[in-house]
Amino acid sequence: MSGPSTYVPKSAIGRWFESRLPVMGLMHSSFVVYPTPKNLNYWWTFGAILSFMLVAQIVTGVVLAMHYTPNTGLAFDSVEHIMRDVNWGWMIRYLHSNGASMFFLAVYIHIARGMYYGSYKAPREILWILGVVIFLLMMATAFMGYVLPWGQMSFWGATVITNLFTAIPFVGDAITTWLWGGYSVDNPTLNRFFSLHYLLPFMIVGVVGLHVWALHVVGQNNPAGVDIKDVEKDSVPFTPHATMKDSVGIALFLMLYCWFVFFVPNYLGDPDNYIVANPMLTPPHIVPEWYFLPFYAILRAIPSKLGGVIFMFGAIVMLVLLPWLDTSRVRSAVYRPVFKILFWVFIACVVGLGYLGSQPPEGGAVLAARILTAYYFIHFLVLLPLLGLFETPKPVPASIADAVLHGGAAEPAKA
Amino acid sequence: MATSTAEPTRRDMLYIATGAATAVATGAAIWPFIAQMNPDASTLALSSTELDIGAIPEGQIVTVKWRGKPVFVRHRTKKEIEEAENVQLSQLPDPQADSARVKKPEWLVVIGICTHLGCIPLGHQGAYDGWFCPCHGSVYDTSGRIRQGPAPRNLDVPDYAFLTDTKIKIG
Ligand code: HEM
Ligand code: FES
Repeated sequence: MSGPSTYVPKSAIGRWFESRLPVMGLMHSSFVVYPTPKNLNYWWTFGAILSFMLVAQIVTGVVLAMHYTPNTGLAFDSVEHIMRDVNWGWMIRYLHSNGASMFFLAVYIHIARGMYYGSYKAPREILWILGVVIFLLMMATAFMGYVLPWGQMSFWGATVITNLFTAIPFVGDAITTWLWGGYSVDNPTLNRFFSLHYLLPFMIVGVVGLHVWALHVVGQNNPAGVDIKDVEKDSVPFTPHATMKDSVGIALFLMLYCWFVFFVPNYLGDPDNYIVANPMLTPPHIVPEWYFLPFYAILRAIPSKLGGVIFMFGAIVMLVLLPWLDTSRVRSAVYRPVFKILFWVFIACVVGLGYLGSQPPEGGAVLAARILTAYYFIHFLVLLPLLGLFETPKPVPASIADAVLHGGAAEPAKA
Repeated sequence: MATSTAEPTRRDMLYIATGAATAVATGAAIWPFIAQMNPDASTLALSSTELDIGAIPEGQIVTVKWRGKPVFVRHRTKKEIEEAENVQLSQLPDPQADSARVKKPEWLVVIGICTHLGCIPLGHQGAYDGWFCPCHGSVYDTSGRIRQGPAPRNLDVPDYAFLTDTKIKIG
């Protein structure tokens, strides 16, 4: 859709430059004249919010790295030094630690948006899978970042998660020793996690570039789930329409972010992480950060070590396969009455798993986690494939303009 | 291009040799970057720990650090020894006789790392009065054998030796 650029720079220098490296033309066609569907709602601002959060994490992170020391003897104290002595250090650290939570909040909303409006369906499969890759890189980055302050949860979280690899038959122990650089989580582990925690966000930047490229090849989905047919009638230019709407979205999101940073900066964290790591004492109740809880609940629900690990990673494999598991040709849930209900049941299932992941694995919580884990996989592997065959969708509007002008459905499909 | 012959030409041979050499050289160049992450010489050098067990009263567990890991040294009571010895092996998820896990019945020496995901189990707790892992609920008996929960194996027994009646060397 972004086609060859029609951009002509006004100045002679601009034209000289453009004929040698057409980067201004690329920006112009991607973020100025790029046609965006005119029916986009605020759920579509989360892409811009995510881009903003990625930059925020990089800026605050690079600054933290100027004061942080990745050594088991010094790491905890260097974070306290950031909090107490470094000018504005407390704010920058709280921006970074709460920023990770906000980043995940935004990515979960962004993923749910895609699931509701069927944004993963042809021709957007690659776009969707690149999104899942970004999600995986984010999880790896946040996990390693959480180890850096070297508190009790840092240490024991790192121990439990790296031990997942020991479940791999035959080579598991060798892989885990290799990851640790020793026989337990220790200084070599902390050092390499710092190095990788610095690297991965820039790899995310790269994959985000591919993600946006793929988006601009196939075009944006929209609440009606029909493609742009007439650029004049169905779309508006990216600037000012999307640029300004995204700015409003970012501003609202910033309010929530700042509320956490300035009023309840430790609400989302675990108080045990203000105790320095002690390799000889496991805290009575280990919980990961909130954004990992649903996966943690799945891990614990399976009464076998290897099985737990397989199902936990399988939960993400389901997302990769989603474009082929959903057999319905209608994209948007707006026109899929049964799918719409199942979508909300699925969201409730994931939230429920998250809650159970935070509870000690005892009594009823274990059974409930097993039921919800089963449902999670049934949703993808049984319900979605069958639903596409049995559900009768409502009539889909002929075009975006139709959806906007006549409230969507009920338009007889024209030839 | 010449007519195709059944015999490979000298040029084909050179292509294959060049490609193969490139692949081997690339692999050889990558290897140090992978291997550098394995335990270094200073980590490997931390070999053994000695412990005076004379001061450990019956019924107590002492934890010592060996290679960065906790090792439990448990001075077992008569009752604990009996419980460990009188178990039907068929009831165990990872069947192993108590006698195969100790050098002297009064002393149990095991690595204090849950074989599930690496937490440190708590002593004198759980249904078998051995250990209980707070992380995901694995239960071990007085021989350090897994009895309930997600852990797949018994607690590992490290290499150790009695130097005297009251002194052991781990590692
Ligand atoms: C994808 C973007 C990123 C995410 C999701 C992320 C996440 C995190 C998290 C969750 C923590 C633990 C915060 C705490 O509890 O104290 C952390 C710490 C840290 N991060 Fe990042 N981070 C990102 C990018 C970066 C970058 C680009 C750097 C640059 C070097 C960086 C440097 C640091 C440092 C030095 C710490 C330790 C100080 C501290 O604990 O506050 N981060 N990160
Ligand atoms: S680490 Fe002990 S039960 Fe999971």
